[in-house]
Amino acid sequence: MATQHSRSVARLMMAPAVVLLLGWMLVPLTMTLYFSFKKYLPLRGGDLGWVGFDNYVRFVSSSSFWPAVQATLVIVGGVLVITVVLGILLAMLLDQPMWGQGVVRILVIAPFFVMPTVSALVWKNMFMDPVNGLLAHLWRFFGAEPISWLSEASMTSIIMIVSWQWLPFATLILLTAIQSLDSEQLEAAEMDGAPVLKRFYHIVLPHLSRAITIVILIQTIFLLSIFAEIFVTTGGAFGTRTLTYLIFQRVLESQNVGLGSAGGVYAIILANIVAIFLMRIVGKNLDA
Amino acid sequence: MGRIQLKSVTKSFGDVEVIPPLDLTIGDGEFTVFVGPSGCGKSTLLRLIAGLEDITSGSIDIDGADATDVPPAKRGLAMVFQSYALYPHMTVRKNIAFPLRMAKLDQAEIDKRVEGAASVLNLTDYLDRRPGQLSGGQRQRVAIGRAIVREPAAFLFDEPLSNLDAALRVGMRLEISELHERLATTMIYVTHDQVEAMTMADKIVVLQAGVIEQVGSPLELYRTPRNLFVAGFIGSPKMNFIEGPEAAKHGAQTIGIRPEHITVSETDGEWSGVVSVSEHLGSDTFFHVQETGLAETITVRADGEVGFRHGDRINMTPRADVIHRFDAKGLRIE
Repeated sequence: MATQHSRSVARLMMAPAVVLLLGWMLVPLTMTLYFSFKKYLPLRGGDLGWVGFDNYVRFVSSSSFWPAVQATLVIVGGVLVITVVLGILLAMLLDQPMWGQGVVRILVIAPFFVMPTVSALVWKNMFMDPVNGLLAHLWRFFGAEPISWLSEASMTSIIMIVSWQWLPFATLILLTAIQSLDSEQLEAAEMDGAPVLKRFYHIVLPHLSRAITIVILIQTIFLLSIFAEIFVTTGGAFGTRTLTYLIFQRVLESQNVGLGSAGGVYAIILANIVAIFLMRIVGKNLDA
Repeated sequence: MGRIQLKSVTKSFGDVEVIPPLDLTIGDGEFTVFVGPSGCGKSTLLRLIAGLEDITSGSIDIDGADATDVPPAKRGLAMVFQSYALYPHMTVRKNIAFPLRMAKLDQAEIDKRVEGAASVLNLTDYLDRRPGQLSGGQRQRVAIGRAIVREPAAFLFDEPLSNLDAALRVGMRLEISELHERLATTMIYVTHDQVEAMTMADKIVVLQAGVIEQVGSPLELYRTPRNLFVAGFIGSPKMNFIEGPEAAKHGAQTIGIRPEHITVSETDGEWSGVVSVSEHLGSDTFFHVQETGLAETITVRADGEVGFRHGDRINMTPRADVIHRFDAKGLRIE
């Protein structure tokens, strides 16, 4: 019953929210763009005028740029592989009928509700501490020398922490996808002579392909910007400085707002490339 | 090559026994239909034969060999599911070839068999499409194609036509019957539709609550139903049941008379009543007659040209030689 009148009222009612959201996005974006073309050093003279694309060139040609890109890719890639593989396995496990299913599912989702800073601190102090951490105790129990995780295996540690946080998300999405699989298809494949692994490969995995793509894309967008986990644990040392962390250091530690802003613009472009793929796939999913 | 024998097979889900001990032999090349109301255990029985469910006790023999503990794939049976269960991400060709690929046949043989099945089922033009792009009838044929390429000892059909519209269902019914004539393979077909059972079967197995009520050819079941349940289930419209003094006259607790065995007349007859609804099908007319003093409603089937209407009083005469008599336990009296 959308008459001309009710539509215009609807627009009017929605306007404050739209304006607020637009402002929320546009103001920081414009400021980032503005500062990225300036030489702006807050503690060393402030605004020193326009410099064109100088900041962009400097950000990319810095010696820490490529290692940061590499670290970002390793973290994103590692977390994606772990969450997707374990997520599929967990989803299949949770799909089995069992006692206390509801409680178990809530427990599995729980890590997702823990704030990144908190979970990183818990991991750092309670699990990975080389003296008092649970893992250290475990190592000693088996007579091994405890590892000081965050310095000796810094990348592995961060990937572990972030995977732990994102595994519930992957599991949840993959579980709903698995539940929508027609059980007659699996039975048909069983009658057609496909053993368990082939049924998984030929029936379950293709059925999950779209859900897996969505998990990968959504996670990529969020994983590109992980910050708290690194800030709280290694502080960007031991080769864990990602692109996001590099931007943070440029702005706050080097007090170079222009250079950091240029890095921010690179990050925006990167995230948008992923987002475009995501939109197209989700859109296709909605059409089908 | 497709003799299936069930020996005192039972099935329980937890404490609930869905199939009490049951014996049944399905001969080689027979078209057997399991028919019964929903929840009567007919699909469960089919799944037991397929091996998709484990039997609780008893044994299943296929071609004389004990197949009770043989996994589904090794039983040499092919199944067509109610939802067709096609693999949505594979083309029709890959769907049909799937069981052959799993059996590790060489590519030339696979191609030959797929082409063969496709031409039998008129699917040649659709081989490179996906199931999502096909109509219901075509999907059904793909499912059948996937079953026939395996050259199984027997086909199992689980309500394969229930998702099709009425016109298509009649067509597919004929196609499956023709397929059976051509392949002469054992087929077990589950349905709740007694018309499908009557038209397709060599042998009908009527089930109720997991118990076999009667086994026989369609006409045997039609002519000599063993009890009230079979009498009421087979035949359309349903048989009329009359109790009380009218039944006592025939020396029975209940008598049954089929709508097509009653003649109607305006002037005289054994029974009389008032037409409440008349359904004109063109070829036939069904009258639902009330106020007969015999049963709540008596259904009568007459020629399509007989034109009684709502409210008309009519007279009816049953054919004496086809009155079915049942005793107090509902069993047939010969």
